[in-house]
Amino acid sequence: MPSTPTLYRGHEGMWMWIVHRATGVAIFFFLLVHVLDTALVRVSPEAYNSVISSYKTPLYGLVEAGLVAAIVLHAFNGLRIIAVDQSTWALRHQKLLVWLVWGLFVLIMAGFLPRHLMVVFGGE
Amino acid sequence: MAAPELSSPLPRTRKRLTPALRWWWIFQRVSGVVLVVLIFTHLFYNLVLGDGVSQIDFGFVAGKWAAPLWRWWDFTMLVLAMLHGMNGMSYLINDYARSKRSRAILHALLGTATAVIIVLGTLVIFTFDPCPQDADPSLLPSFCSEVNA
Repeated sequence: MPSTPTLYRGHEGMWMWIVHRATGVAIFFFLLVHVLDTALVRVSPEAYNSVISSYKTPLYGLVEAGLVAAIVLHAFNGLRIIAVDQSTWALRHQKLLVWLVWGLFVLIMAGFLPRHLMVVFGGE
Repeated sequence: MAAPELSSPLPRTRKRLTPALRWWWIFQRVSGVVLVVLIFTHLFYNLVLGDGVSQIDFGFVAGKWAAPLWRWWDFTMLVLAMLHGMNGMSYLINDYARSKRSRAILHALLGTATAVIIVLGTLVIFTFDPCPQDADPSLLPSFCSEVNA
């Protein structure tokens, strides 16, 4: 049983560390694109609307859902990192807090996904 | 091979952070907490309330930015998110870029991209014209017809 008390290796904290980096990079590159697409409001209403309409297609609807998922995970895990740095209790219970992060993530996505996917696929 | 057992905390070998690194470390945490509030509200307002993503068009943006609160909201979000993202990417560059030269190049690219996006975004937010004269009136927010009439 690999239960030696190393702090992170191979356990919940290490996987969260990888998730935090991966989601952070994805969000960063999306942010660059998102500022550029929003900048089209300064070009013309037609230019902005035509690019934004591609965000409403099913493919981009799914990409958006993935981005919201990445943001929610990165946000809650970021708060966990701060907690683990600030409080000894949180440091001792960092694994429990990893599962709390996943729990909150599932809860938020369970609220968001049906709403968002109905808008994207509902064809209104 | 099993990882070495960590029976007690290692002796203190760390060097103190430089003041700049220490400032960025604190900034990363403070901006992170603020961004959770700013971005969750942004996503809820744009993707959940109203008609969700299908409501977003030029008129929607114009309607939001008619209120100074949303302009400053988006400006704060832009600056904090870009700096938070830049600092995070800088951690990754320091971890993964192998040579001094590749680090320098990547940091230069990162700094340039960040500066360009912040300046561009700020200009867009604060020079935005909700009622451009030559645009199709049907694409503009309803308050433009009163202004242009």
